[in-house]
Amino acid sequence: MARGQTGEVARRKPNGDGRFAADKDELLRFYREMLMIRRFEERAGQLYGMGLIGGFCHLYIGQEAIAVGVEAVREPGDQIITGYRDHGHMLACGMDPKEVMAELTGRIGGSSRGKGGSMHMFSMEAGFYGGHGIVGAQVSLGTGLALANKYRGDGRVSFTYFGDGAANQGQVYESFNMAELWSLPAIYVIENNQYAMGTSVERSSALVELSKRGASFNIPGEQVDGMDVLAVRDAARKAAEHARSGKGPYILEMKTYRYRGHSMSDPAKYRTREEVDEVRKTRDPIDHVEELLEKHGWADAAGLKEIDAEVKRIVADAAEFARTSPEPDPSELYTDVYTEVRA
Amino acid sequence: MTDILMPALSPTMEEGTLAKWHVKAGDTVKSGDVIAEIETDKATMEVEAVDEGVISEILVAEGAQEVKVNTPIARLAGEAGASPPAAAPQAAAGDPEKQPPEKAQPQPEGEGAVAVVPAEPLKDPELPAGVTLAKVTIRDALRDAMAEEMRRDPDVFLMGEEVAEYQGAYKVSRGLLEEFGARRVIDTPITEHGFAGLGVGAAMTGLKPIVEFMTFNFAMQAIDQIINSAAKTLYMSGGQLKTSIVFRGPNGAASRVAAQHSQDYASWYAHVPGLKVIAPYDAADAKGLLKAAIRDPNPVVFLEHEMLYGQEFDVPEGIDWVVPIGKAKVRREGNGVTIVAYSRMVGLSLKAAEILAAEGLEAEVVDLRTLRPLDHATIVESVKKTGRLVTVEEGWGPFGVGAYVAAKVVEEAFDWLDAPPARVCQEDVPLPYAANLEALSLPSVEKIVAAAKAVAYR
Repeated sequence: MARGQTGEVARRKPNGDGRFAADKDELLRFYREMLMIRRFEERAGQLYGMGLIGGFCHLYIGQEAIAVGVEAVREPGDQIITGYRDHGHMLACGMDPKEVMAELTGRIGGSSRGKGGSMHMFSMEAGFYGGHGIVGAQVSLGTGLALANKYRGDGRVSFTYFGDGAANQGQVYESFNMAELWSLPAIYVIENNQYAMGTSVERSSALVELSKRGASFNIPGEQVDGMDVLAVRDAARKAAEHARSGKGPYILEMKTYRYRGHSMSDPAKYRTREEVDEVRKTRDPIDHVEELLEKHGWADAAGLKEIDAEVKRIVADAAEFARTSPEPDPSELYTDVYTEVRA
Repeated sequence: MTDILMPALSPTMEEGTLAKWHVKAGDTVKSGDVIAEIETDKATMEVEAVDEGVISEILVAEGAQEVKVNTPIARLAGEAGASPPAAAPQAAAGDPEKQPPEKAQPQPEGEGAVAVVPAEPLKDPELPAGVTLAKVTIRDALRDAMAEEMRRDPDVFLMGEEVAEYQGAYKVSRGLLEEFGARRVIDTPITEHGFAGLGVGAAMTGLKPIVEFMTFNFAMQAIDQIINSAAKTLYMSGGQLKTSIVFRGPNGAASRVAAQHSQDYASWYAHVPGLKVIAPYDAADAKGLLKAAIRDPNPVVFLEHEMLYGQEFDVPEGIDWVVPIGKAKVRREGNGVTIVAYSRMVGLSLKAAEILAAEGLEAEVVDLRTLRPLDHATIVESVKKTGRLVTVEEGWGPFGVGAYVAAKVVEEAFDWLDAPPARVCQEDVPLPYAANLEALSLPSVEKIVAAAKAVAYR
């Protein structure tokens, strides 16, 4: 439903009360950014299948609206930190797809020079603090980023992403306690994709509404449709304003869904194909924005195809770079263990 | 035209069964469509299309077994602009396991730190003429080190349990809250895992936290953050993300507090590349090395000893006293036997040396001060002079500091040894509470004397 002459649009469901407005440019940007993540991840899955990417590889397909929607409200200097399903956040915050893909293939052109891999990438320039492989560790670290912001009094906030699985780790609650106790500017973004590896939230959590997990610390929280980039953006804006104004932490539980397995080697037998198909058909975050764009005449099929072709070209270039960038020189083995001490 | 290749579903998969085709020649597919099912001995998985296009040919029939990874299984007539997939990985990626690290010079363990050891030999600072020495307890020396560094650098702050209003569980942080305020001297809840993580996160932004553990026994709750987040991140980030942070507190056995409060963690932390590990004995080193640790751009584990907090030693007054990390100190010279120790065990070793001297055996006592990077040159030089080695540590023997020191000496000074090295350690049991059993369990002057005599065949 259009609102007035401004061309603003509203989400049809489930929070479709007209709050989630966006103009043409923003919506097109969201479309492009989400598509970039999806195409990147599909290509990463393909390179994994070809043996070019090793180890673990956790794809973000299905969850794109979250990283993109939160990024829309991030201000310069605000930090992001997440766990190991991190490719989407890195692309959303502006890291070069080439250096991300080349890190996946373990090459010198990778953002960690091939030493970190899928789960361990960082970009100080983009305010991206990783990329952490230990489930839940990023919650204490992200709270530490917020502590630093408060220490410096610079008005920055930190966005700490974690999943429904990490939400059961003890250090999450140690961190919640300190964050509220000290009114730290921390926004906790729980990406509840329903499954911690193969264990559903219902089978792992006594309280399944993760937005309430801060209640015993007096941290406000709310559930958000994590498949709707506009709902995500608006909720993130509210949370960021709360944190930035000195009121302390805020919890956003993003209800989302990952289409692929937990990692590439997960056959995902704990859920049915029908369940996955149903979400893809009815809640896909990219389809949703596509519908909005078409409905308002802001893009037609040809225009969207053009965007898709451009995104594919960028991803193909990234894959080519990741394939041809050399492996790290053996001399790299002993570098970056310690920071040199200048006399 | 693009070949669709048999995918690997896991890092170890080499071949599988093409269980089912969901598409046939002539079908149009787009990204995300399930096109086939693949079976391995472990699982069945669906294969999704990556590129859009029309399936022009099925190359491997449904039901085919032992299909090697990367075999073309179908052909896709792609749309314009869709890029062909990359070439087969064997040619492109190679197998890292089969590539000898031909140019990497193997470095001795414990020496990933080689880059941080300057070409100039490390030396303790010279005392300028006229500098006076004052008797200072270890407790106050540590406090003075923190206070001086906090005055010098506004990014340095202290956090931990009871560090502020209580003035420190062992009174090490006495007076800091009054001088620096609650913003920089932060009382935490009892939440080691959490506040260690907060400290590391703050350090990642360039602040320089000092994280105090009431004792290192409690830091076991936090060791994941110390090792996985602090020690490894510089490497995993290709050198981008530095964490300048000090984890400090008392380590080892106090008195009659039994097994859970009495462990020496030196070998645990000294095992880990990316960490520096310091365990000083006297007050001048406690002060000078803590100041160096706070200034160091790397994560440092600083192991103190509760039984030493109240002991007084000479400390230079009125100068910026910084002792270099990575340099051992010969506390007593001798040519009969080398005794290598750290922390409180240095004191016991010096007493043992006096007894040995009275019996005609001159012991050289090497105080390691820094465990990582280990100054093995000083140890080896001493052993080349004495031909005999005794190591002393408060921790357990197996896989311990003494075991490593002995290994280095055997590697680098085998021909100079006149006897097998001996190790004095805590007995291989959890530390008992009963006074007599506790005394039996821990290293003692008598045990050190006996070990020295044994290696000297006396």
